[in-house]
Amino acid sequence: MSISRADVVHVAKLARLELTEEEIEQFTGQLSDILDHAARIRELDTEDVAPTAHPLPLANVMREDEPGPTLDREAFLSQAPACEDGYVRVPRILDESGGGPGGGS
Amino acid sequence: MTPRATDIAAAVRAGGTTASEVVEAALERIEAGDDEISAFLRVTPDHARSRAREVDAAVEAGRDPGPLAGVPVGMKDVLCTEGVETTCGSRILAGWHPPYTATAVARLEAAGAVMVGKTNMDEFAMGSSNENSAFGPARNPCDTERVPGGSSGGSAAAVAAGFVPVALGSDTGGSIRQPASLCGIVGMKPTYGRVSRYGLVAFASSLDQVGPMTTNVADAALVYGAIAGPDALDATSIPDTPPDVTAELERGLEGMTFGVIEELSRGDAFEPAVIAAFERTLSAIEAAGGRVVEVSLPSAPHALSAYYLIAPAEASSNLARFDGMRYGLRVEGESAEDTNRRTREAGFGDEVKRRIMLGTYALSAGYYDAYYAKAQKVRSLVIRDFAAAYADADVLCSPTSPSVAFRLGERSHDPLAMDQSDLCTIPTNLAGHPGISVWCGDDAAGLPIGFQILAPALEEARLFRAAAGVEAELGTRAVGGGGEP
Repeated sequence: MSISRADVVHVAKLARLELTEEEIEQFTGQLSDILDHAARIRELDTEDVAPTAHPLPLANVMREDEPGPTLDREAFLSQAPACEDGYVRVPRILDESGGGPGGGS
Repeated sequence: MTPRATDIAAAVRAGGTTASEVVEAALERIEAGDDEISAFLRVTPDHARSRAREVDAAVEAGRDPGPLAGVPVGMKDVLCTEGVETTCGSRILAGWHPPYTATAVARLEAAGAVMVGKTNMDEFAMGSSNENSAFGPARNPCDTERVPGGSSGGSAAAVAAGFVPVALGSDTGGSIRQPASLCGIVGMKPTYGRVSRYGLVAFASSLDQVGPMTTNVADAALVYGAIAGPDALDATSIPDTPPDVTAELERGLEGMTFGVIEELSRGDAFEPAVIAAFERTLSAIEAAGGRVVEVSLPSAPHALSAYYLIAPAEASSNLARFDGMRYGLRVEGESAEDTNRRTREAGFGDEVKRRIMLGTYALSAGYYDAYYAKAQKVRSLVIRDFAAAYADADVLCSPTSPSVAFRLGERSHDPLAMDQSDLCTIPTNLAGHPGISVWCGDDAAGLPIGFQILAPALEEARLFRAAAGVEAELGTRAVGGGGEP
């Protein structure tokens, strides 16, 4: 088994997933199986092989940095879970003593 | 039986029928039949009727509404449609109304097509059976106890049931071609970058591509012509003008060489009926003047492994945006991070969580070189092997999927068994090449089998020529549950 229960708990934390006990159990087994399968690529000799991140030899696309029309702000805000004064309202991320931009409530 | 898109458009343009009549008939077919199939997550009759009236007004005013005039289309629910709910088959996006429209959708409608609804899909396009939809699975119209394939299962089912002649799908590892194969229709994945990804909700950005799903090759060519081409809104869009593929459809197979990919056409994974239909197709190609040779893609067995590291890695990064802050579901927690966690736990289904976990692991410190970087090198090997194979053949071929449509629930608890159904389609995505699946016969139980054709990057003209040539020999499968063969 290539993945331990502790690995699963750690990775869930990195991925911001709050897994149930049942999911931790299930993923420990399934991810091990998938990774054992995937690990077969280690058998391949890739000593002199460059990695491919993108399949086609395309160059960067550049454009002039000029102001143009953008999508409607109201349309975006109408889809946000919470808004206030033309902004998306989110939970506080800094406490009062931190003095950061967390005010609101 | 539903008419072909090419025939509908010709009739609407000539005034022989109206877009409104065509669209009304499609809405009635969906109303009558989709309770059983669940091909659509939502039908958009108001949008469809108003679009159809615009098309009819253009004809009345003497203007040409375009090459897809009045053709009803199902849009996979991974494509953003302004003002029309778009969920990607996920609870986390339930109720989300995008403020903009995907380029592929906009271009199809600009060519006269009419969206009649958003089609069912595996959540965030992750799956091969449509069973990962948060809103219940779509069913295969050929046998409703079986899956339509995935992830574009709703699009394939909508076309195979005869609801619409055209649907758009997206293909990251086979998600257009595999369901097309399992439902007996045509599904085509263009070269990576040929169709804009603007407004296509991202799964694995270096692999995703939008493409047509139709009842026949000529309709796929028509749709391809409408949606392909450069787009300033997608930085990975290919700047070249796409080829005129409709000119290739009548050229035949004389002098064309088909390379059978040994590693993707033989072995225990393949059902005997699939191999038999494949061999019959090769004979038909030879009878039509084509040549068949054997080619090898030695890295193919490793492509699946590389894909199952690269795609989840990209997905784990792309899906980080679903954090409960700016759009979609928010489950309030005790802190911002707690809100992220609770939202994602409640909003994502099993398969999506599994792939996010896998991708996060493959990208995490200490494992990056062993998994992700190694997989990217395997990707280079796959590209090199394809280049060598194309030295001996114009196009390559294999069965589209090793099996016919499986039963609902049969593979849903075994991720590795599920992945096997994408064995033949995945290598192309890693290389960024175009591919197509055409129907090549049924098994003894009447379940359809697909023949896959692949071409080098940018060579869609060659791909469509080969596909049309094969279809001319084998015909198309009747849609709409029955009718004449």
